[in-house]
Parts: sequence; C-alpha cells; structure tokens
Amino acid sequence: MALPADNDPKLADYAHPERLVTTEWLAANLGSDGLVVVESDEDVLLYDTGHIPGAVKVDWHTELNDPVTRDYVDGARFAEICGERGIARDTTVVFYGDRNNWWATYALWVFALFGHEDVRILDGGRAKWVAEGREMTTEQPKPATVDYPVVERDDTTLRAFKDDVLAHLEKVKGGTGALVDVRSPGEYSGELLHMPDYPQEGAVRGGHIPGAANVPWARAAAEDATFKPRADLEAIYLQEQGLSADDDVVAYCRIGERSSHTWFVLTHLLGFGTVRNYDGSWTEWGNTVRVPIAQGAERG
Amino acid sequence: MADLPPRLAELVEDFSAVGPKDRLQLLLELSQELPDLPERYADAADSMEQVHECQSPLFLAVEVEDGATAPDRPVHLFFSAPPEAPTTRGFASIMHTGLDGESAADVLAVPDDFYVALGLGQAVSPLRLRGMAAMLARIKNQVRARTA
Repeated sequence: MALPADNDPKLADYAHPERLVTTEWLAANLGSDGLVVVESDEDVLLYDTGHIPGAVKVDWHTELNDPVTRDYVDGARFAEICGERGIARDTTVVFYGDRNNWWATYALWVFALFGHEDVRILDGGRAKWVAEGREMTTEQPKPATVDYPVVERDDTTLRAFKDDVLAHLEKVKGGTGALVDVRSPGEYSGELLHMPDYPQEGAVRGGHIPGAANVPWARAAAEDATFKPRADLEAIYLQEQGLSADDDVVAYCRIGERSSHTWFVLTHLLGFGTVRNYDGSWTEWGNTVRVPIAQGAERG
Repeated sequence: MADLPPRLAELVEDFSAVGPKDRLQLLLELSQELPDLPERYADAADSMEQVHECQSPLFLAVEVEDGATAPDRPVHLFFSAPPEAPTTRGFASIMHTGLDGESAADVLAVPDDFYVALGLGQAVSPLRLRGMAAMLARIKNQVRARTA
C-alpha cells in the first residue's frame, strides 16, 4: 500500500520521479498509514535537537553498520531495525537528513540492498524543511513494533567490492565502464591524506583509482540542498564528464557514504541502468597492496 | 585519570557512570550549554582557527592571561559551532567546561587520548571522536605558541 507519488513538475523531469518527494508533499502526507519518515544525519545528536513530527531516527554508524565486521548489518538485525520503527516490508519510507541528504541517501542505499521497494528522499532534506519554517518537534514517536521479514541482503547489484572494481578496470579502459570518484579534488589528486599533526583515519597511499572521473558529490546539490534540476545534472555528468546512461558505473569515495549520494543521482535522477557503490572506497583501495593508483588531477 | 583538571575529571566520571544512550543525552545537554561567543569574535571565520578534523564547521580561539610565569597563566577557550552540529558543540562544551580557566601547564598535561575514557566510541563512532582529539591538539598548539 504504497503512497501515491509526488506529481510536482520539477520532480517529473527526473528518470524516476517516484523516488523523491517535496516538502509540500511530505507536509500533506505526514501521519498517513503506510508512511514512515526516517531521519538520517551525519551528526548523531541532530535528530534529538528536533525533527519532523513522527519521524524516526536511523544512525548510519550505530545502526546500519555491523559493530564488528566492516560490513552492513545482516537481514535479522535489519528486520529488527525496521520492525522497531514501525516499518513493514510494504511501507513507504521517506528519508531526509542534514548536509544535502548525504546520509539520507546512504541509508536509502542500505535499505535498497535489502530490497526494500518503496524508498524515497525528501528533496532538500532537513535544511529545506527547517528553512521553510515547517514544524519540528523533540517528541519521540513510539511506533508499535511490526513484523519485518528477514531478508538476505543483495550485495551483487548495487554494491561493488574491491575485486569487482579490479575486474571493472578493464571495462573502464575499454570505454564501456566508468568510475566516479566523488571526493574533493585534493583527495582525488592525492595531496590530501591527513592533516598536519594529527593522525587521520585514512589511507597509506593518496590518489584515485585509475580512470576515475572526479565529480565531488555535492555538485549535484543546489544551494537550498535540493537536487539540481535534471538539465543541470546532465550538464555535469553527461556533457562535462562524458558519462552515459548505459555505462556500467562504479562510484566511490572514502567509505562509501558520499558516493551513495551520487549513486542515487545517477540511478534515480538520470536513469543510469547499472550503478554500483564501492563502499570499501579509498580507505580500502588506498591501503591495499599492489592495486593500481593514479595521482594528480588527470584520470590516469 | 590523575592528570586531568578537576572539572574535566568530573565530566569523564559522569560519562563513564552511565550507559551509551545516557551518554548521548549528556552530550546533548552539554551541547546546549556551550556559551555564546563574546563580541570580539563576531567574525569567527577570520579571527579563529578552524578545526578541519571535525565533520562540521568548528572554530576555536585560545587566550592566555598575562601573568608571572608562563605555565601558571590561565587559559580561556572560545568555540563557535552551528546549532545543526550538536555533537561538535557537545565536544566543544566538554573542552570548555573541563579546561576553561585552567593553567597553561594543566591544559598541556591533559593526555591526548583522555576522550577515550568518556566511552563515546560506541555511541558516537570513532570517526566522529576524531574531532575531539583534533580540538585538544589544536588547543595545546595554541597554548604552546602563546606561552613560548
């Protein structure tokens, strides 16, 4: 019993407009049966300072990551996380968060790994909702626990591992595959590895995966934290970077969170057919013995 | 933690006495108690040092009072972090509550890894905690520079 899509004309231009909702749509649909709103932020305390009425919180680190293995939680734990929040398998889940929905798209991507069908992003996220003076509350919702099935994660379609990326390099060379590095230009070139004086959780080598285009993730966001209109996104990813919707694309960043934002843009807004997020990203690649690395501003 | 100034030691004790959920609550309360900046730092971005290691914009300034011997001079700390960064504000507030007014020598003696004892790793994530380590390192650098 999915909720109807938002028919806003801006959204209609995107490849999959049903993956986005506007703040107007959400305000009008808050409290509807079959809808759960999930806030996912970089800042673990932000939700607790005030959130959209009825929204529940999912924290990327403490909830979606396995506490021991570097991986996401398994199907059993995911079922608990959803069930406790009143999310059933057929619930429409609308994600929003801070920083241009960076972490909201990450949470959505993890839900997508579990095949949760109706996942959407609030265009503009928390910033736009707040800027419009819409209602916020610190009242914690107390959803009744529902049954969520234990579903096995599909790690083959939307997710890439290091060996997949190694195999992918041939496709990149041959022109049928592409890599998108969504980190800052300094990280891409290899200049930025750690700050003076401080150890930084990071990599022992700087640079990027050979052949990767550098498109910092936030270029897809407008000033008001909404996604840029489709024509602007095409100007960046298609015209400027030479990607095409039938390319086999792997996106990566440092741990796979920023690149889930780009994954969302390419998949749902521009309609690319095959986009995988390499969550091992630079903290794996840049620490791996004998993998190829390119340095400098060129793709290499 | 014998080397900690008394108010910082008290905070560490408060945090370690409760479970992970209550630690977050404590951090949230601290974030709300971070004092506003005095007028002279109104143009934060120009006159203060940015702590780049924090995931959200945080600026800090360190003042050391005049005094006879450098190690005894009281240190004053000023922080600026936006309300949409409560975790960073909470970290700053721990520094402010625990160290503002302490002597240069006592600030420099705080172990670089004191924050581990707060037990926030599980609730906040080690990545987010890096900002706290960086904040302390930058405070110490400024104290050293001002007492040299």
